[in-house]
Amino acid sequence: MKRSRSISEVFQSSLETGAAWLLAVLWISPLVYAFWAAFHPGEYAVNFNLLAPLTLDNFREALSQAPFPRYALNTFILVSTILIAQLVLCTLAAYAFARYQFRGHKIAFALVLVQLMITPEILIVENYSTLARFSMVDTILGIGLPYMASAFGIFLLRQAFKSTPKELEEAARLEGCGSMGVLWRVYVPLARPTYLAYALVSISHHWNNFLWPLIVTNSVETRPLTVGLGIFGAPESGVNWSVISAATLLSVAPLLVAFLLFQRQFVQSFMYAGIK
Amino acid sequence: MPAAILLIAFTHYPTVATVIDSLFSKATAIRPSRFVGVLNYQRMLDDPIFWKVLANNAWFALGTIPTSIALAILMALFVNRSIPGRSLVRMAYFTPTVLPMIAVANIWLFFYTPDIGLIDQIASWFGFSGHNWLGDPSTVLPAIMVMTIWKEAGFFMIFYLAAMQNIPPELEEASQLEGATRWYYFRRVMFPLLMPTTLFVLVNAVLNSFKLVDHLFVLTKGGPDNASNLLLYYIFETAFSYFETHFAAALTVVLLILLGVMALLQFFVLDKRVHYR
Repeated sequence: MKRSRSISEVFQSSLETGAAWLLAVLWISPLVYAFWAAFHPGEYAVNFNLLAPLTLDNFREALSQAPFPRYALNTFILVSTILIAQLVLCTLAAYAFARYQFRGHKIAFALVLVQLMITPEILIVENYSTLARFSMVDTILGIGLPYMASAFGIFLLRQAFKSTPKELEEAARLEGCGSMGVLWRVYVPLARPTYLAYALVSISHHWNNFLWPLIVTNSVETRPLTVGLGIFGAPESGVNWSVISAATLLSVAPLLVAFLLFQRQFVQSFMYAGIK
Repeated sequence: MPAAILLIAFTHYPTVATVIDSLFSKATAIRPSRFVGVLNYQRMLDDPIFWKVLANNAWFALGTIPTSIALAILMALFVNRSIPGRSLVRMAYFTPTVLPMIAVANIWLFFYTPDIGLIDQIASWFGFSGHNWLGDPSTVLPAIMVMTIWKEAGFFMIFYLAAMQNIPPELEEASQLEGATRWYYFRRVMFPLLMPTTLFVLVNAVLNSFKLVDHLFVLTKGGPDNASNLLLYYIFETAFSYFETHFAAALTVVLLILLGVMALLQFFVLDKRVHYR
């Protein structure tokens, strides 16, 4: 039974659609504006003339003033090092927490969860002196190290492993798999959606991280994109606005493109990671 | 367990070390660091900037969190219905979330620049004179709040959207048959069902309001006269600009206590009130 829609209902729903679109346009406009500024000469920055000449000069200028390709490479190395280390460490830790009842496992797990609240960036002062003691300041490994044992990752994977039926493990054991074999052939493949979700969240988080890398790095060879951009765009450097826009777009482009291409997976991953 | 070693090295050890460090004085060339008890805390309580940044943090949280949550619910309601161009609208809401805070701050910096900035240019069409949004202590914090809301609302929307899709559609049909208005349905059925999400988002938002200070580096450096300074940025300044690590440690302890209180609050108070099962 479907009620016929009255005129006022139709009116209301189109009003809502309009409001949704208005908010969407408002929301995306700062970004659209950055594109506008980046692709037009400086004098058109606030002069919205559709016939304004397009140019790539701002990008050339930005690239000549700071080594963005090098920063991008650093970011890429940083993000992938962290991700690989996280996947390995969190898998092992989560497996232990999900399937073994060792002494004090509850306390140990609670201690892991402490990191959900007290994230590494809050302890910048002490973490910096730890790194200094191992003389790892200004290394990419040094930026990544505090994040590699991720409580969030351990937590997510433990949930996934716990929901794996025990019968599958027993079957694999009968086939002659050891503990590691079971983990590798049964648990890891079944937790694939969790891995994907966690990887996307981790990548976008570390791509965007700023404060800690800023403290740890002080050379071009280690500086990730965000720090490079932060230094580049500092108000006192007096760089032209259009060039800053171009630099900003350069640094977010890889992630933004990835996001637009895999929009559905991104959104779903964030949802998935949030629900757990 | 390698994971355990790293966790201990970068979470537990520093937490404890921070507390210990905060009890010592700054080492100087002629006088090594020595135990000073609560002297650093004494100094902190007498430090007007400390109280200023704490108040700023509170205002910042109050100013951004309720608005972002309200907007997030609104956005989720919008895209939870089948409207034309739904995935485009959803993308528009969510995109600011994937951008780094530094990039966001760079974009917004130009909006707020006095006279030549976008806001002032548009205002001048209507005959308003320029305003130094980030240079005026009374507008700098609101300006930063607006930007933060823009960045975060789309992120929170995702969680509400996920929760709304788990609400059985029969509930809405039933309430329609009973003649309930949509506002009534939202207030009495949907909003209570979204409570666990709201709690989750709330905790995350409060955490973020303490953790996220990246934009200050680009926009204001905590100025003018600390009008936009936040606790973590003040810790950073104290430790890495003034090299007062022990005082910074005392400040970090305050931050840790605040977070600890929040964790306890979440466990013992809110959890009970939120779950009906």
